[in-house]
Amino acid sequence: MNIAVLSGKGGTGKTLVSVNLAAAAENAVYLDCDVEEPNGYLFFAPEKIIQKNISIQLPVIDRNRCTVCRKCVEFCNYNALACIAGRIILFEEVCHSCGGCRIVCPENAITEEEKVIGHIESGVSKNVKVKTGILNIGETSGIPIIQEILKENEEDQRIRIIDCPPGSACSVMESIRDADYCILVAEPTLFGVHNLNLVYELVSKFSKPHGVVINKCLEGENPAEQFCIDKKIKILGKIPFHQEIGMMNSKGMILVREKESYRNYFINLLNEVTEIRN
Amino acid sequence: MKIAIPIDENKEDTTICMSFGRVPYFMFIDTESGLVEFIKNDAAESQGGAGIKAAQIIVDHQANILLTPRCGENAAEVIQAAGIKVYRTNGNSVKENIAALKEEKLTLLEEFHAGFHGHGNH
Repeated sequence: MNIAVLSGKGGTGKTLVSVNLAAAAENAVYLDCDVEEPNGYLFFAPEKIIQKNISIQLPVIDRNRCTVCRKCVEFCNYNALACIAGRIILFEEVCHSCGGCRIVCPENAITEEEKVIGHIESGVSKNVKVKTGILNIGETSGIPIIQEILKENEEDQRIRIIDCPPGSACSVMESIRDADYCILVAEPTLFGVHNLNLVYELVSKFSKPHGVVINKCLEGENPAEQFCIDKKIKILGKIPFHQEIGMMNSKGMILVREKESYRNYFINLLNEVTEIRN
Repeated sequence: MKIAIPIDENKEDTTICMSFGRVPYFMFIDTESGLVEFIKNDAAESQGGAGIKAAQIIVDHQANILLTPRCGENAAEVIQAAGIKVYRTNGNSVKENIAALKEEKLTLLEEFHAGFHGHGNH
């Protein structure tokens, strides 16, 4: 079962919820798809790390063969190619690696070369298999890395927890594509409601079963809770704004591995989500 | 000398548009012949890379000068590689900016913003 954990902005507690859910399971795979700044590994400190590079294909134009017919420029839907002063130039960060320019070139002047954009680190932390996607600094899109993380282990029957990137853009859509359930993590503020609404709209559009965990809850007003009641969204749980949680989290500790009460809390949360699915 | 300007509407008393890559039209003014041309910007509806395609239109129409309030990095790369000079407009009046250019009152645009790439956030 694939459980995706997402939120409309960073810092709501996606990693807190993801890491603890994975650690609470008997055995699980934790997939960190927040490739721009993955941080789940800081908690798991996985061992036996295996590294795998992820590459994309970029066109290379042979200037001796190119007749500047511009067929490639006209073909490129992303406008990654331009023709200036009698030669074709490529804008790497705009290229989507579709390979179309190579196919349409009548002179066979275009070949492709691999460019490494990041890597995946796989390791083990007790009951959890940890996989971390890491996009190199300066690269525009981490989607190829996310696709690769999610593609591996397709036969794996264990619970897979997908720690998504923040927001509701392309990389998040890619991360939840195969999710059986989406957990939306929100903050109990008006700002939190705005961000919750972004991911709520996204999972609704994708028709994904979903529920909300409200993190950092205090006594009194809770606009995020009210939002869920009004929209009839299932509230899976509320995590208090508690100094102990903050302290443990800031030291890279995994709550469920430290204290029985937290362990029970996340086991219940996991059971609730897996039962909803069944 | 041929001047290119991103404009809001395809008529002479139009205003200069704030956007470059996704501007609806470009105006090309040939200062020697006085001929004015309006070209629809096909890049406006692009999924991505609008600035690159819009810059290609400017290059293909053999402009020597581009007057624009702002411009993205990728578009600037295309335009500068073609040897086209980019001046920063002052206010949105086409006439006033052409007059200011002739009087050498416009300054070169030297700061180019990073692309929005249609997302804001990837």
